[in-house]
Amino acid sequence: MERIDPRARSDAYGNRINRSHSALLANIVPWASILLGSILPLFFIASALPIMPPVGFLLLLGWRLVRPGLLPVWAGLPLGMFDDLFSGQPFGFGILTWSLALIAIELIETRLPWRSFWQDWFTAGIVTTVYLIAGWLLSGGSPTLHSLVALVPQLVLSILLFPVLARLIARLDQFRLHRWKSL
Amino acid sequence: MAPTGQRRSGYSRRAQYNLFTGYIIAGIGALIGAVLLALSFFQPQLFGGLRGAAADTVSPATQTSATVRTGSKSIWDSVSGYYRAGSKNAELKREMEIARIRLAEAAAVKSENQRLKALLGLQDGDVKPVAVARLVGSTASSTRRFAYVGAGKDQGVEIGMPVRSPRGVVGRVLEVANDSARILLLTDTESVLPVRRASDETVAFAEGRGDGLLRIRLINLGINPLEVGDMFVTSGAGGFYRPGAAVAILVEKTDDGGLARMVSDPAATDFVSVDPIFEPEAVVAVQTPAETELDE
Repeated sequence: MERIDPRARSDAYGNRINRSHSALLANIVPWASILLGSILPLFFIASALPIMPPVGFLLLLGWRLVRPGLLPVWAGLPLGMFDDLFSGQPFGFGILTWSLALIAIELIETRLPWRSFWQDWFTAGIVTTVYLIAGWLLSGGSPTLHSLVALVPQLVLSILLFPVLARLIARLDQFRLHRWKSL
Repeated sequence: MAPTGQRRSGYSRRAQYNLFTGYIIAGIGALIGAVLLALSFFQPQLFGGLRGAAADTVSPATQTSATVRTGSKSIWDSVSGYYRAGSKNAELKREMEIARIRLAEAAAVKSENQRLKALLGLQDGDVKPVAVARLVGSTASSTRRFAYVGAGKDQGVEIGMPVRSPRGVVGRVLEVANDSARILLLTDTESVLPVRRASDETVAFAEGRGDGLLRIRLINLGINPLEVGDMFVTSGAGGFYRPGAAVAILVEKTDDGGLARMVSDPAATDFVSVDPIFEPEAVVAVQTPAETELDE
């Protein structure tokens, strides 16, 4: 059989004989990737403008929109709390906005159950815009007009980054469900 | 992707309860977030301990990345140095000659200063930094401009201490953890620094605008004496910063002062030194309300 078609006994997640999914990996990959995304902006020194997109938040939106049903509605509480430790915003901002974002997407999904990628991108764009402007308003500093203007490059970059992250999440999802050799 | 059927719980009691509880927890989560956010508006330092512990945890990773970042930057610098090397060389030689002349003049001024100070009986000891550390990271995705240095309580860093790079002032320490400290950069919207023009005694405040520039606000209003290219240094008022450290250069003139660019850009900074507070007594005095007396 293998001589005719080498991929006869395998699918996108690997060989099917004597292999099985890892329960640990299947559960931990989405959460771990979002946590890493929260820490990532810390590694860059950007003094002039807040140019780095909020990777953790974008990954949360990505997992929620690309793979619905994987993250529970309440995932914003623990993940947002972790993001608060590193984001520089006042503590509680992440918990509030991440929870609200997930609830909002849940509401959108009840209205529009069947969506294409473009609609998902549009949703993510709107939610990211609201998130960044809320971050500007609730930063704990005085929201000046100049810092709002300074937000624009970051916003554009965040919206453009979403499709890339969506592809990355699709890859991570494949890795998440990969079959490993079981003895 | 097609929605999953998880939202339709059907007749299963367990599924119904699970779904319902999920929504309840999400709602409560948002409420908790709102309450914590309100709390941290009134008490910004309340969760500093948590943040500090988190920063300490990732500091080995950020230290490493800071090392790699500065290393790769210097490689890039040396590569780009070869580009137009000839014309640059000639230009540098010209600048060097002028700089030698200025240096001789400065030496003369320095000796005169020493003589005059000796006459007045002032002593001018070198300030010894509390700690020298790498600038390891920043809150690059937030509107606020914070950075982290790789030195903390264990190295003697305390809240309020000024942070300097070899070029000039970077900011001051806001929160201290065991092995790292969070500093408020000058460009943050909450940062205000008393400065004076280097050439004379025109005093002003340098406020962060949140977009990388500093707003220079003159204290004495009237005819604006500033000119583009003016250099501003710390005035020492307030007691935090030692006077005479370079802060910013004016790039644009406005009605009540101007816009200035930081001399010491944190993005181009490798090592910073954390200095002791210039006049701790003055800081305490400024923070004491007028009604209460200073205890000796």
